[in-house]
Amino acid sequence: MTAVVGSRQLRREDPALLTGEARFVDDLQIPGALSVRIVRSPVAHAKIASIDTSAAAAVPGVVAVLTGSDLRDAFENPLPCAWPVTEDMKNPEHWPLAIGTVNFAGEGVAVVVAETRVAARDAAELVVVDYGDLPVILDLESAAADDSLVHADLGTNKSYTWELIPDAAAVDAAFASAAHTVKERYVQQRLIPMAMEPRGVVVIPEPYGGDYTIYSATQIPHILKLMLGITLGMPEQKLRVIAPAVGGGFGSKLNVYAEEALCLALARQFKRPIRWVEERSEGTTATIQGRGMIQDIELAADADGKINAVRVNLLADMGAYLQLVTPGIPLLGAFLYHGCYDIPAYSFSCTGVFTNRTPTDAYRGAGRPEATYAIERSIDALAEKVGVDPAEIRRRNFIREFPYSSGAGLMFDSGEYETALDKALALADYEGVRKEQADLRNAGSPKHVGIGLSSYVEMCGLAPSRVLASLRYAAGGWESATIRVLPTGKVQAITGTSPHGQGHETSWAMVVADRLGVPWEDVDVLHSDTAIAPLGMDSYGSRSTSVGATAIALACDKVIDKARLVAAHQMEAAPDDLEFVNGEFAVKGTPSKTMALGAIAFEAFTAHDLPDGVEPNLEAQVTWDPPNFTFPFGTHIAVVEIDDQTGHVDLRKYVAVDDCGNQVNPLLVEGQIHGGVAQGIAQALWEEAVYDDDGTLVTGSLLDYLVPSAAELPSYTLEQTVTPSPTNILGVKGIGEAGTIASTPAVVNAIIDALGHLGIKDIDMPATPQRVWTAIQEAKQ
Amino acid sequence: MQIGVTVNGVAQEHDVEPRTLLVQYLREECRLTGTKVGCDTSSCGACTVLIEGESVKSCTMFAAQADGASITTIEGLADGEKWHPVQQAFHEHHGLQCGYCTAGMVLAAVSLLDEVPNPSEHDVRFGLEGNLCRCTGYHNIVKAVLAAAETMGGSK
Repeated sequence: MTAVVGSRQLRREDPALLTGEARFVDDLQIPGALSVRIVRSPVAHAKIASIDTSAAAAVPGVVAVLTGSDLRDAFENPLPCAWPVTEDMKNPEHWPLAIGTVNFAGEGVAVVVAETRVAARDAAELVVVDYGDLPVILDLESAAADDSLVHADLGTNKSYTWELIPDAAAVDAAFASAAHTVKERYVQQRLIPMAMEPRGVVVIPEPYGGDYTIYSATQIPHILKLMLGITLGMPEQKLRVIAPAVGGGFGSKLNVYAEEALCLALARQFKRPIRWVEERSEGTTATIQGRGMIQDIELAADADGKINAVRVNLLADMGAYLQLVTPGIPLLGAFLYHGCYDIPAYSFSCTGVFTNRTPTDAYRGAGRPEATYAIERSIDALAEKVGVDPAEIRRRNFIREFPYSSGAGLMFDSGEYETALDKALALADYEGVRKEQADLRNAGSPKHVGIGLSSYVEMCGLAPSRVLASLRYAAGGWESATIRVLPTGKVQAITGTSPHGQGHETSWAMVVADRLGVPWEDVDVLHSDTAIAPLGMDSYGSRSTSVGATAIALACDKVIDKARLVAAHQMEAAPDDLEFVNGEFAVKGTPSKTMALGAIAFEAFTAHDLPDGVEPNLEAQVTWDPPNFTFPFGTHIAVVEIDDQTGHVDLRKYVAVDDCGNQVNPLLVEGQIHGGVAQGIAQALWEEAVYDDDGTLVTGSLLDYLVPSAAELPSYTLEQTVTPSPTNILGVKGIGEAGTIASTPAVVNAIIDALGHLGIKDIDMPATPQRVWTAIQEAKQ
Repeated sequence: MQIGVTVNGVAQEHDVEPRTLLVQYLREECRLTGTKVGCDTSSCGACTVLIEGESVKSCTMFAAQADGASITTIEGLADGEKWHPVQQAFHEHHGLQCGYCTAGMVLAAVSLLDEVPNPSEHDVRFGLEGNLCRCTGYHNIVKAVLAAAETMGGSK
């Protein structure tokens, strides 16, 4: 039988999505459901003086209008933050609806429950809230200086300071003896994740009294079930969470949101189904945002540009509250500020501060794009100081021996960084672009061409549970899988991962088919329903393939082990004398005598003649805890052309050479890279959550927040290298975030490369035509 | 008010509030939830349907304005079990991931190919600029639409 893994299989998810049959949360037809509309604060920081709900309550069809105080007792605990990064981390109480004070524009202050969505919406307009304004804190540095406070009761805006400084003296010595140093400051603007499906929740009080079925547009049905149980003080075994078709997440649905807790509380109170669906312009403030950092990075290098130390200080914007993993996001990048370079001395410090803005949390890459941006921008600055080509400075610093024990304390599994760089340079015609650039400059052209490199490595496959423990994360990083061979020989693969566009139904079936030697079509993958797949850690952090699919493969092996005992008994052979090939057991040396897995499953089902000590049915469950992260890598190159007159940046070519180890389905690997690259380019050129001085989000809808369309983006040139990971039996790494991690610095480096000859060294992201044009004008003066 | 439309070849009559948007009408009255709502500013195109064969964002008009019209939603695009060439091409070229923008994107592409049967890559990119996708980076969507144009032989 030909191996399926490694082939370009078309997705089995597609038919339902292409014909309109797939059901997302808002598509569920729920008889008798009440609709919910949240009344949100238009101001960023205020005392709630009063809330008048009388006019709203009088609207026909309205069942109730409730405030934060009204619902306080519905919750046993505030909304959870699962990552207390330090022992003394400050974490303000965060209730599903504000009580007493609002701390960001968009925070919920009241909820309308009505018979129809229209009635709820109409009534919400009539809720009158009297806000007593408080000073608004938006700027990260003044927040860190505690000029005024977001949460007065905390006494400070600083949530925590987290440090990773294995050897401070070594860092100081490296800087003291450095021939070249660079000191750069970069701003990571806030981004709005903008998954195409807005969030939504439906809670149904069924199937029995005291039971609740919760449908949510979430990446994390398992974590959500646990956290809702804790938040509401409800027995977890009474809760069933289902993530139906979910329309993208990118980290924004990796959370436990106010609306999820509210809908469950309201279903309990009213004993009726409750539904809430986010409107887009609501979600821009009600759903977490990403990035939001000021990065200070310093490099110390010798005369040849070999870097000996990196020192990083971050100010990270938490927003007004700590959501599920808000404080931990900078930590996911904390180990990667040396990039793919062998830099022995390492110093990292991050201070998380509160501001009067929407909370930040995971957004595609989560910490790693920020780290990669800082090192890839600053290494270009170093190249200029040393007077060597950006490609050459990278070569002089690449990690070359694996496994590599990093100065930050990680063990890099495998890599071949220079090969990826060389391939990317060739695909981008690096020398050709350099020549064109020189010719244009010599001719005094108003057209500026630039080429930008980004060599990256990231850590993904979250995560070894013991490492998570050392980082004070509240849960583990294992994944569960069950393989069930049915009496008919068909197979159910049950996974704890929770796909929302990635194609796990297709890919996991491919892994199972190869492992068990059964036709791919005979394998179904079940997921995202805690009643069907009770154990899981869900999907985020490019973990699903390296942790989830590995668990699937291990569960297949465990099923084969059990099947071997049954087959040996039936075939009157010793288990060790059997070999399992192409879905059949054969007696070694007697290949004519075989027994297929399906036949064994039937024997295990009837249980008429099983060996002593073997339980009926052919099923095995595995929970796998990875021994290490995996470390995908590669080089991306952007070629830009900038119009001197308009400042418009034309992304002329984009090359991505990535290595995610062995690939299960290359078609889907490419899709992940395409989408990731687009999101990273968007950070470089277009996207920013812009706030005015009062803390109002100015880019609060898709009219103002520039998610790129097909017209803004080019086709991408892709190539991959394959360096298997020794961390798991499949040799896989992860590819969900790599594109986003690599692309942003490639584009900005290209812009700086294009304009460097004018004396321009930095342009804040997004590099809009106005910013680029202004920089050019100022440089010319 | 009373309106009558033909949706995917089936005559429908409903009493609707005048302020009901066409997309709400299709989803909530006709129970055709394949048409999605992705924004509230007519920016994303997830709600794109065909009206008399031409693509329209169904959040940009009231249901009442569609009175008497013939509408095709994603549920009615295939010919029985046989997919439209654009649906087939999206499948074969991995032109969708989460699938939320897909209905709108496919119908916008059908309309585009009706107007421009032999499009260039540039034509496709600018022809679909009213439809947003967050997953694919558009690479495979563009590829799929160009492939569909070829399959359809450049003929309407």
